[in-house]
Amino acid sequence: MIAIQTKNLTKTYKNKTAVNALNLSINQGELFALLGVNGAGKTTTIKMLSCLIKPTSGDAEVLGHSINKEPFAVKQQINVSPQETAVAPNLSVRENLEFIAGIYGNDRKTSIEKANKMIASFGLSGIEKDKAKTLSGGWQRRLSIAMALISEPKMLFLDEPTLGLDVIARRELWQVIEGLKGKITIILTTHYLEEAVALSDRIGIMARGELKAAGTADELMKQAGMDNFEDAFIKIAGEGGSGV
Amino acid sequence: MRTLAFALRNTKEIIRDRLNLIFGIGFPVAILLLLTAIQANVPVELFVIDHLTPGVAVFGLSFVALFSGLLIAKDRSSSLMLRLFTSPLTSRDFIFGYTLPLFPMAALQIIFCFAFAVILGLKVNLNTLLSIVVLLPAALLFISIGLLCGSIFDEKQVGGICGALLTNLSAWLSGTWFDLDLVGGAFKKVAELLPFKHAVDAGRAAMSGAYQNIMPHLWWVIGYAVAMTIIAILVFTKKMSSDA
Repeated sequence: MIAIQTKNLTKTYKNKTAVNALNLSINQGELFALLGVNGAGKTTTIKMLSCLIKPTSGDAEVLGHSINKEPFAVKQQINVSPQETAVAPNLSVRENLEFIAGIYGNDRKTSIEKANKMIASFGLSGIEKDKAKTLSGGWQRRLSIAMALISEPKMLFLDEPTLGLDVIARRELWQVIEGLKGKITIILTTHYLEEAVALSDRIGIMARGELKAAGTADELMKQAGMDNFEDAFIKIAGEGGSGV
Repeated sequence: MRTLAFALRNTKEIIRDRLNLIFGIGFPVAILLLLTAIQANVPVELFVIDHLTPGVAVFGLSFVALFSGLLIAKDRSSSLMLRLFTSPLTSRDFIFGYTLPLFPMAALQIIFCFAFAVILGLKVNLNTLLSIVVLLPAALLFISIGLLCGSIFDEKQVGGICGALLTNLSAWLSGTWFDLDLVGGAFKKVAELLPFKHAVDAGRAAMSGAYQNIMPHLWWVIGYAVAMTIIAILVFTKKMSSDA
């Protein structure tokens, strides 16, 4: 079943086209990674699909709902872990989780139950009473993803989830993301090519607002005629000049 | 449920920011003490306590506006807000979620101001209590002004506009420190078109038992409070997409 279907999705800012006539299809339960250099249009695409910004033209169906006509229905079924760590710094780990459960319409009792579940499955029990601002970067990201999952979304957007983390924290987070594979649809943006290859079912490469190619890592290497993914990425993303 | 969950989070943020809380409640008390000390040393009736108290209470509310403006401006600049913008929270949930915890704080500030005035010689009777009730719409007015400023401006700008401009406007154009008839002309006309003087006059009318004079002034305050709240919701709605 199709989870996301974009139809000529376009976003322009004054004279700059951030995303140009994007046509993309993502299946339910798939982990799809969006790759691209800075300014390629990855974050703008995610912002449109998560109803943060409106497209200039075109549309997308997310879980059967139009992002233009039914943004509220889309928002009820998705959740986002933004690029920067999006936690309430003065609230404890547990309070952060219960807060997000509450704003998705859960009553107090259900919010507590869901927070308990997240604390157990994300290994947060030792720090549940600690204020979010006192946690390390790795734990904040882990909390941020737990907050995104507490609403039991059918689709999760992870925008640069491991940016700035040390190698151990990054690998720990990879395990968390791998544990989610197949259960929900995940759209991941990242600058780390090895992360996309290790985690995703399919990869889309964006450059200058356009989707240049999409497929498995092997398919993309074959398409580019390269033996390793980095060379394939450079060839596909760099086609037609860097755009810098 | 969503509004309450957001309000609960904001309540925790407010309670944990003790410096602002102490300053907000303590400032009107300090002003009362100072002006009462001046009154004790001058031969003419400049700052009579039952005339002065409603004015100082209204002036103190300008710090609640500053506080509410800073709260929303600080949130707008955080990545937590991005997460919240992708949730099913509407702009109405946001504005009411901020107003609900701020209102008890503002009411508490008015009560503290009156309680301290009692220590300084204000007589307690039903009119004193009525005066407190009559000032509650002014609390909503100042909260909505703060939320509007916080929806438009950044943290630094809110500090200037609510911290300097609004406190001066509510000080000079409310008739708290001097009779506006002494200045007259355009100054008085402008003061009569703004809600600050009406808020103070409604409180004074209640205090003096001139009940028939309460509502003509209070309608100004209620009208401005409703208009400011509606404008804040509209502006916040617009900002939800432009901040993303």
